[in-house]
Amino acid sequence: MSEELTLTKPQDDVPASGEPLMKVEGLTKHFPIMGGFPFKRQVGAVQAVDGIDMSVMPGESFGLVGESGCGKSTTGRLLTRLLEPTRGKISYRGRDISHASRKDMAAVRSEIQMIFQDPYSSLNPRQTVGSIIGNPMEVNGINPPGGREKRIREMLETVGLNPEHYNRFPHEFSGGQRQRIGVARALALEPKLIVADEPVSALDVSIQAQVVNLLQQVQRDMGIAFVFIAHDLAIVRHFSQRLAVMYLGKIVEVGDRESIYQRPRHPYTHALLSAVPEARLDDGEEDQRERIRLAGDVPSPINPPSGCRFRTRCWKAQDKCATEAPPLVQITGNAAGHLTACHFPEEGSTTAREQDVVLDSALRAMESGGPAGD
Amino acid sequence: MLRFLVRRSLGAMVILLIISAVTFFLFYAVPRDPAMLACGKNCTPDALAVIRKNMGIDEPVPMQYWHFMVGIFAGRDFAAGACPAPCFGYSFANQDPVWNTILDRFPTTVSLTLGGAVVFLTIGLGAGMIAAWKRGTLADKLFSTGSLVLSSLQIYFVGPLVLALLVFNLGLLDQPTYVPLSEDPAGWFMGLLIPWMVIQIIFTANYTRLSRSSMIEQLSEDHVRTARAKGMSGKFVFFRYAWRGSLIPIVTIFGVDLGSLLGGAMITEWTFSLPGLGRLAVESVQNTDLPMVMGVMLFSATFIILLNVIVDAAYAFIDPRVRLA
Amino acid sequence: MTTLTQEADVPAPRDAAPSGAFLSVRDLYVHFDTEGGTVKAVDGLSFDLERGRTLGIVGESGSGKSVTNLSILGLHNPKKTDISGEILLEGQELTTAREKTLESLRGNKMAMIFQDPLTALSPYYTVGRQIAEPYRKHMGVSKREAHLRAAEMLDKVGIPNAKLRVDDYPHQFSGGMRQRAMIAMALVCNPDLLIADEPTTALDVTVQAQILDLLKDLQQEFGSAIIFITHDLGVIANVADDILVMYGGRAVERGSVAEVLRAPQHPYTWGLLSSMPRLAGDVNEELVPIKGTPPSLLAPPPGCPFHPRCEYVDEVAGGKSCSGDRPRLPEGRGAACHLTGEQKKTFFIEQIKPRLG
Repeated sequence: MSEELTLTKPQDDVPASGEPLMKVEGLTKHFPIMGGFPFKRQVGAVQAVDGIDMSVMPGESFGLVGESGCGKSTTGRLLTRLLEPTRGKISYRGRDISHASRKDMAAVRSEIQMIFQDPYSSLNPRQTVGSIIGNPMEVNGINPPGGREKRIREMLETVGLNPEHYNRFPHEFSGGQRQRIGVARALALEPKLIVADEPVSALDVSIQAQVVNLLQQVQRDMGIAFVFIAHDLAIVRHFSQRLAVMYLGKIVEVGDRESIYQRPRHPYTHALLSAVPEARLDDGEEDQRERIRLAGDVPSPINPPSGCRFRTRCWKAQDKCATEAPPLVQITGNAAGHLTACHFPEEGSTTAREQDVVLDSALRAMESGGPAGD
Repeated sequence: MLRFLVRRSLGAMVILLIISAVTFFLFYAVPRDPAMLACGKNCTPDALAVIRKNMGIDEPVPMQYWHFMVGIFAGRDFAAGACPAPCFGYSFANQDPVWNTILDRFPTTVSLTLGGAVVFLTIGLGAGMIAAWKRGTLADKLFSTGSLVLSSLQIYFVGPLVLALLVFNLGLLDQPTYVPLSEDPAGWFMGLLIPWMVIQIIFTANYTRLSRSSMIEQLSEDHVRTARAKGMSGKFVFFRYAWRGSLIPIVTIFGVDLGSLLGGAMITEWTFSLPGLGRLAVESVQNTDLPMVMGVMLFSATFIILLNVIVDAAYAFIDPRVRLA
Repeated sequence: MTTLTQEADVPAPRDAAPSGAFLSVRDLYVHFDTEGGTVKAVDGLSFDLERGRTLGIVGESGSGKSVTNLSILGLHNPKKTDISGEILLEGQELTTAREKTLESLRGNKMAMIFQDPLTALSPYYTVGRQIAEPYRKHMGVSKREAHLRAAEMLDKVGIPNAKLRVDDYPHQFSGGMRQRAMIAMALVCNPDLLIADEPTTALDVTVQAQILDLLKDLQQEFGSAIIFITHDLGVIANVADDILVMYGGRAVERGSVAEVLRAPQHPYTWGLLSSMPRLAGDVNEELVPIKGTPPSLLAPPPGCPFHPRCEYVDEVAGGKSCSGDRPRLPEGRGAACHLTGEQKKTFFIEQIKPRLG
């Protein structure tokens, strides 16, 4: 199997031409766990992000998907340098900002902004909308022509809020409107990159689309690059041209939207796509997708499995998977820029198989009529 | 669980060591020289030196501290008499090791405070639960308002008031006394009844309010609703599911109150003329019996820290998440 | 489980449900008194459910979907809640039933699974004990038998080493295992009616898929009727036979899964479908959100609750007013909307369907 692999350096596979806006190599974040007996010391680490490579091109939307504990949110916080990486390099427009001090970051801060998940806790309830959006300008000493207030009113209008609401407080707005305020705050500094961490998952379904459309409009019209972090695969597909699938702190597969969603190669990507509940809207059409049901939950990032981290839940795992961590490379048959970290990749198709992959003991027992358990 | 206790105890020892050092050095920062006081008016330098040597304060302070600490475990000999382990110092005013006096007074304080705590916890938790069970009703409002009024009272106010009423005016009870429990349980109980009631009046109110609010909070928890959705009866859910969770904030506050309860013993014992540790501390300060003050302080600190370790263990007992973490 | 003994100690049903349905909710109103006024959480709701069928209730926050189901179990606070209408479970009226009667039904004939398995299980008792409790109470068996049953149920729902894990506390379980334990607890007495309130919303997508399939398989085996509440149309499409779409405390559309998803009739349902990206959808097709925000239940809009957000208000003819006349939801397939059947069909096919890609 391994001779089929075409070993290429991941960073050479960025499809678009030109320099990436942000480039990340071997990015790692380990959170120490204190404990022990009788005196506290570091007894382990949550390996939240463990050596990921990726790059974001100017103006593109790059998606990060994965389940809880996969490290996607930590990655977002590392990219905006809200956290300092344990190891690895983050470069923004060719400049290394991995360990940049507060002072060195100041110049870059205004160009990299973040939108948070919870529109309720991420806005200071004691500040008016005007000062929430205006503060970043003040801190960064930005004085737009016509004054800050004019700019703030423009921003409010851009995100679809009434500029008259300048002096209102966050609690006077609904969840969707608050998320718009968050977007306006991020836009106020005319950033080049916005990291959006689950920007719509706290909102009602009918409101989600409003915010997604707003972000999409911002991305297209202003040419702002996005790192779009979400657990919802359908929303990421809608929003991002390129995406990475993360599992337990590692990128297991990265590539173009088309390639990842239509021709996934990593078993985990297959499982993830197969698990998305999808409403069939066409007459008489049954779900043609493959059915993969994993067993159990994602293991703890404190003691991740050796070798390939997905092997404990993988139906194709062999001895090699336990000893050797698969490199993230372009496998034969993959489109350019589509990299997969797997020793035994799947076929690049998501249609139903002859036999479903059902690893869950209870499902297997009930569906075959045999006893459950092991 | 065992590990948890051992770790807590180790931590407690470190705290005690710090407390003992701080108290000891503070003691010697006092501008009055105990030897000078003992020596009297017609003091000669020679006599002073002898007294210094007898008291064990002729050495540099760190050496004295070392001897003091060793004494706790190995005992010491003073010129005035032997001080067997655990030697918390020797009272030159009483011509007796400090430990003997502490042992003599300690049972009174324990009976007073812990007895009082048992009374106020029982009544407070009970009333709080009734108020939570019947929330919104007259009983609830009565308990809630009553507890607000009572919790604003102070011992030195209620104490004499109750004494005046029950003992001197109505003659229903005798003046509080301490009779050892081992000698006469009934006498022990009757002698401490009034102080307990007074402590109870002041503390119960807080626990009524706390227990009520924390019960009401627990009753709106998801897992309590799940228990009801399983068909468990209201009473069962109330006592099995909600009550246990409601104990956690109560234990926290009780841990804090233990300190003020023992500190307050000084006032309670003074108010009711009971010979406890609090009264002993006040008396020894008045007599400038510094070894006694030092001994009482260190002993009380140990006791409070020990009680706090027990409170921590109580958390672990109530909540398996603490136990198994 | 014997249905007969259940009914022996309760008053005879007033009159059998007209449809003879297993569960029948008729004209249900649930109003709460709060400081801000009366919250009209459920405002005239009727539906039926047959044995062995799954009814999916879709709605956003504040649509009244969860309140409805808490009132079926009688878990609302009776002092602050004003409830009217009828809830008939096999002809037995539940809104007026005594607390004792409800207790004997809860966890026994009707059971519930909640959204967040971490908070819905008590942290103070072992998983096994919490599963065994309702079994002991309703079946009157010994502690030992109930404990064995708990282990058996845990094994059934796919907890590895169930015999050992039965003595674990909930915090020693992972998120997916906790929800399995919740399911085991709900099914331990083999209930006829299972209400699942957003049971997979707090779970990861791969775990969600396992749990949804597990519920479907268990339903085959136990034959329970299921009410499945969710905001996710994809999930509904996966588990339900019939769909009830709720908005502002009212049911606005009902029908089979195929009917509602393939030929939806209510503008709100259209809005939900076109604001939801799908894996099979066209990525170049813009999402079409519903304008505005969900209504306040303190002062719901008069007439059709959806009319302030509706794009089709001006299309309504025949002297009907969306802001004045409350549209009725027909029994069986249909939508509570003043548009004519022809209009609903045309608008969907011409304007909505092309957006769905």
